[in-house]
Amino acid sequence: MIDLFQRAVFEENLALSFFLGICTFLAVSKRVDTALGLGLALIVVQTITVPVNHLIVVLLLNEGAWGWAGLPDIDLGFLKLISFIGVIAAMVQVLEIVLERFFPALHRALGIYLPLITVNCAILGASLFMAERQYNLTESAVYGFGSGVGWALAITAFAAIRERLKYSDIPAGLQGLGMAFIVTGLMAMGFSAFAGVQIP
Amino acid sequence: MVKLNPLTWWRRFLRLPNESRMKTLLIALFVALGSAVAVSVTAVTLKPLQQANMERQRQAKMETMLATLPGMADLLRAANGDFLETVIVDLRSARIALNMDPGVYDFRAAMSDPQSSTPLARDIDSAGLGNLPYFMPVYILRRNDALALVVLPVYGSGYQSTIHAYLALRGDLNTVAALQIYEQGETPGLGARIADPQWQALWPGREIADHDGIIRLSVASGGATNQFEVDGITGATRSTTGVTKLVQFWLGDHGFGPFLSRLKAGEI
Amino acid sequence: MINGWKNTRLLLAPIIDNNPITLQILGICSALAVTTSLATALTMSAALMAVLASSNILISAIRHHLPTSIRLIIQITIIATLVIVADQFLMAFAFEMSQRLSIFVGLIVTNCLVMGRAEGFAMRNPVWPSLLDGLSNGLGYSAVLLLVGSIRELLGTGKLLGFDVLPTMEAGGWFQPLELMLLAPGAFFILGLLVWVIRALRPEQAEIPEFSPRTSDLAGPHD
Repeated sequence: MIDLFQRAVFEENLALSFFLGICTFLAVSKRVDTALGLGLALIVVQTITVPVNHLIVVLLLNEGAWGWAGLPDIDLGFLKLISFIGVIAAMVQVLEIVLERFFPALHRALGIYLPLITVNCAILGASLFMAERQYNLTESAVYGFGSGVGWALAITAFAAIRERLKYSDIPAGLQGLGMAFIVTGLMAMGFSAFAGVQIP
Repeated sequence: MVKLNPLTWWRRFLRLPNESRMKTLLIALFVALGSAVAVSVTAVTLKPLQQANMERQRQAKMETMLATLPGMADLLRAANGDFLETVIVDLRSARIALNMDPGVYDFRAAMSDPQSSTPLARDIDSAGLGNLPYFMPVYILRRNDALALVVLPVYGSGYQSTIHAYLALRGDLNTVAALQIYEQGETPGLGARIADPQWQALWPGREIADHDGIIRLSVASGGATNQFEVDGITGATRSTTGVTKLVQFWLGDHGFGPFLSRLKAGEI
Repeated sequence: MINGWKNTRLLLAPIIDNNPITLQILGICSALAVTTSLATALTMSAALMAVLASSNILISAIRHHLPTSIRLIIQITIIATLVIVADQFLMAFAFEMSQRLSIFVGLIVTNCLVMGRAEGFAMRNPVWPSLLDGLSNGLGYSAVLLLVGSIRELLGTGKLLGFDVLPTMEAGGWFQPLELMLLAPGAFFILGLLVWVIRALRPEQAEIPEFSPRTSDLAGPHD
């Protein structure tokens, strides 16, 4: 489990190795506090949605899942995509309501970023990976948490670098987006240094 | 008189203000219905094609694996089967482990992994394995639902190395179809001759157990005297004894024996 | 003909002048992971163009009747349906390719580009211009994807579409493959350099720096 967590954070980092959630990654990383807020919100959503999606896949969509109702041949695997999206949208909505009720300060701080998480490729990507690799429930939870932490770590570190970067003298063509890509590439190299680390 | 014309209803529906509850509901319903129909029709129509693809890929993977061994490809063709499958056998229960993926399981890794293998007591470990993996792959080739060929990966200690081989059994599970030694580090010119095609060609047709069920398949030091024995190799006694021991271990009660009995009885 | 020229310009605009990735920073997510080879990049581009064009057509067709409260969810549903259909077709007719593309065809649903064009263009324009817009944005996106894909495959393995182009040292040639190109950082670097090239050619696209040093203060030491 620890190995799975470690791999999800570093070697298979959703943002830096699979390029998931890069739109938001590049757009929201101008300041460390907003990046951190978004990262934390993403961790929460990720840790909840991946195991829930796992349950949906196993209990409703897989071949043979309807065996208890006498319909073992039904295979609803093709509905994975749309049910994942539905679950993610619902979770984000619920989270928004909960935050508004019980943590209004945090809710105000996150502002627009919460709805943005719904279309973040990283959240959907993690659920799709979970389905493809056929993790069980515990592995799904660990993977959800780990991949969220990895993404949050990447965006916060990137925001920290970018805050410094704006004081650098960069050629006009590389200003902004170009430099962001190159810095992300360097970060990706750094994170991939953890490949092959195996915690027993 | 109001014309109960579906076209009128449709036009009235379209003219509703967008924000009205009725329209919202109906639009949502239509879109949901349309999507459901589109997706289901596609999935159901294309499913046979997709399954054929997956089956083809699985077959191809197994065939490439087995075809890397020179004798196996011909053997597969000669056995004239139509359905080849890889199963992972749980040696402790002699059943197929359904939750394991034959495509990814690596018994070579399990051999040395204390989590995936169990140490063997000295008196049982006739083939010098040390640890016995919990799970081993078995390749079953069927023809018309009957067994055509069963290929068992086997290994054991030789004179100075671990000998790895595939033991292929004919459909009756009591006759050797082939022994294919694919990895060994025995003495060149002497023990290493167990890997010679000429010596391996002596194995097809040898019988495994006698009427009492006692495993008699072995390498005779001199020449073979009955249908259970294979001619020995001069100067390679230790290596050929290693082969005998590994073959007998894996066909015996601590190896694939119980699984093969169940296979023969048709329980699998 | 004025109409023809206008439509052509509409078609060509997003490729360089308004390229979705480099200027609008849209849709990069799926872009990079599948660019390890030109073949996968091609399939991905085709899939995305099909989905983009179809979703633009459908959403434009029903744009006058979408209630605002459920607008976004309807768009997502339509896009998701199209993506599922595209994925099913790939699994049926190009199985090995769909395995290599793994989850990334499914991720077209959250692709900022598709949603962006649906909300930004198809909701306010008739069907034919929406179709053109979808195709042209798709072409712009594909251009970048194919470019990155070919660079990565060529420099990373010496092959293009599986055919040997540069003789590798293994095969007795002179080319030492740059394995970094096949890894994530390589794609980021290529994209960064690509943005630089485009902004060198079109300086008006360059971003204004947020902070410029006050050069007046650097006027040399005071005695």
